[in-house]
Amino acid sequence: MRSLSRIAAIFFKELAQLRRDRMTFGMVIMIPLIQLILFGYAINTNIRDIPIAVVNQDRTAISRILIQMVEATRVVEVIERYDTIEEAEAAIKSARVRAAFILPDDLAQRIVRSPATGFETPPSSDEETSRPVAQWIVDGSDTMIAGAIKGLRNMPLSEMFRQAPNRSTPTFEVALLFNPEQRTAVNIVPGLVGIILTMTMIMFTSAAIVRERERGNMEMLINTPVRSMELMIGKIIPYIFIGLLQTAIILGLGYFLFNVPLGLRPFDLLVGTLLFIGASLSLGLVLSTIAQTQLQATQMTVFLLVPSILLSGFMFPYEGMPLAAQYIAEVLPATHFMRMVRGFVLRDAGLLDLYRDVLWMCGFFVLGLAVAAFRFKKRLD
Amino acid sequence: MSADKPEVVVRAEGLVKKFKDFKAVDGLDLTIERGMIYGFLGPNGCGKTTAMRMLTGLLTPTEGKVEVLGLSVPKNAETLKYKIGYMTQTFSLYGDLTVQENLRFMATIYGLSGKKRKQRIGEVMERYELTDLKGRFAGKMSGGQRQRLALAAAVLHEPQLLFLDEPTSAVDPESRRHFWEQLFDLVEGGTSIVVTTHFMDEAERCHRIAIMEAGKKRADGSPKDLMAAMGANVVEIEGANLRDIRRKLLGTDGIVAAAQLGARLRVLVKDDIADPEGFLKAKQETGGASLIEKVRPTLEDVFVTATGEGRQ
Ligand SMILES: Nc1ncnc2c1ncn2[C@@H]1O[C@H](COP(=O)(O)OP(=O)(O)O)[C@@H](O)[C@H]1O
Ligand SMILES: [Mg+2]
Repeated sequence: MRSLSRIAAIFFKELAQLRRDRMTFGMVIMIPLIQLILFGYAINTNIRDIPIAVVNQDRTAISRILIQMVEATRVVEVIERYDTIEEAEAAIKSARVRAAFILPDDLAQRIVRSPATGFETPPSSDEETSRPVAQWIVDGSDTMIAGAIKGLRNMPLSEMFRQAPNRSTPTFEVALLFNPEQRTAVNIVPGLVGIILTMTMIMFTSAAIVRERERGNMEMLINTPVRSMELMIGKIIPYIFIGLLQTAIILGLGYFLFNVPLGLRPFDLLVGTLLFIGASLSLGLVLSTIAQTQLQATQMTVFLLVPSILLSGFMFPYEGMPLAAQYIAEVLPATHFMRMVRGFVLRDAGLLDLYRDVLWMCGFFVLGLAVAAFRFKKRLD
Repeated sequence: MSADKPEVVVRAEGLVKKFKDFKAVDGLDLTIERGMIYGFLGPNGCGKTTAMRMLTGLLTPTEGKVEVLGLSVPKNAETLKYKIGYMTQTFSLYGDLTVQENLRFMATIYGLSGKKRKQRIGEVMERYELTDLKGRFAGKMSGGQRQRLALAAAVLHEPQLLFLDEPTSAVDPESRRHFWEQLFDLVEGGTSIVVTTHFMDEAERCHRIAIMEAGKKRADGSPKDLMAAMGANVVEIEGANLRDIRRKLLGTDGIVAAAQLGARLRVLVKDDIADPEGFLKAKQETGGASLIEKVRPTLEDVFVTATGEGRQ
């Protein structure tokens, strides 16, 4: 009974302090709002309109048609025209353009012999017929851009001669189960919940204990009969509500602005989010018992935030990472939440389907809380 | 429950606190009896706060034993916390909470609830003149107001023993006088108080004091007894060149200490010299003096004799 009312006392105290700290309170709302709009609009892995240069040594109608066809894919946009390959390479070096499209002077001959036209051509046994139609020089440093242009390699040319498109059957059939339109926002927005929560939850709580020390309240506090665990629990409860509020902002706006589905499992989503909030908060508390100043607490938060963004699967697929990185990612709560939230929202998965992540998150929360309470000593030495 | 109400409220033996190689408290023995105001008197850095923190269980002694209200500290510190109140040297309640919020927080933490809590908060706000300030943020109050709030918070749960660490250092003289009256009211109500100070006039009000210097206790007793047992008589000298006289007197036989106080030189003469006035008048060093007379000793003199001050 006493324990409960002490936890309540700490909760109300934190709430009153938070309410009066206008700046922090504003950030609680603004961080998810701004980040959602930024990330939602800005991050797009379907690359379009890459600026390119054209070096046209052919100068016939056919080369102009070919350039138009390439532009029609919307992958690239011609912004420069040069006479020599050297000029084009210089433009790539200075980042004016990302790639150069080079059309040779014997373009017409090459096209006629190309299998891409869909004409009945002799099998490409001799060198003459196996030559590509034209050449791309690409700035390969950004693998995503290079990949997008590589995707143009096998562009069919049959349209050029007003033929029906090549009707040949593909080797494999690919059916997209979720996100059929392949919109990046659908994958990014739920993941953003994990990133924003990692940032704010760890940031708030990592400062929680240190702040008492820095503001000189610690000596009084440890002189009272309050128990470590009561202090820890009382301190994290207000932030649970803040975490839920932020989740609601992100998913709600994601639904209205970017048409990201909310899924059909609100209960699983709520439980999963609460578990993740709990895990992040207890991690923050542990940091708070280590840090000596608020600045140190912030540095530790950033130290955890960067791998949470880069390794959790938020930006790059988990499966593409080397094994060592996967092990590190596996420790971070954000990785597990990333799987959970995308599962609940996008794939109609439930807590049971993702029970491994659920169990891990529960364990992390309990362990973190215990470690924080254990590390917090009611002593000055 | 006789262990609950011992006559001795604080007992410490051979208390030592080392910070790395530095001994902040060095072999402190204490016996503090119930119902009194016990003062630690000493200059800044002499170890008063460190000693008090060991008594409340905030610091673990490097050596020595502590027993407070019959409980061994720091082992039973958590049980002890319900029975003691502590006012830290610097204000440590929440500046961004109001007076009432601070008191409600502290009362709840100490296990008060419902009617009892409301009643106690009302009582202490009344007693320490905080009722009109109850909506004020603690951080926006004056030193005196904050001190009253800190005291109110420390006594909310009606502790038997109160530790006050330099409670009046940020307060004007008028508030200080008032504050001490409130301490005597508390003692009358049965509370024992341990207080640290570097003000002589405050120490003089204590029932008993320990004079501390560089982590060691130099003297212990009631101010009156300490003055009587000082082992020196006090003679004041007026005249020109007091600095010169002081320099010459120091180190001569029979002189314990000499300190200049404004236009006077206070000289402590060993009390085995029967006629200290005559003794000083006869000395050639006091040739330039216009007046030499014996005066009543003060606690300051006790402090000077007990510590190294005034000896060099
Ligand atoms: N945590 C600490 N670490 C190192 N030195 C300390 C610490 N606390 C106090 N001291 C030193 O111990 C001495 C006594 O300090 P303190 O007890 O605060 O003195 P007082 O309260 O009498 O002014 C000082 O020299 C101080 O610098
Ligand atoms: Mg002190």
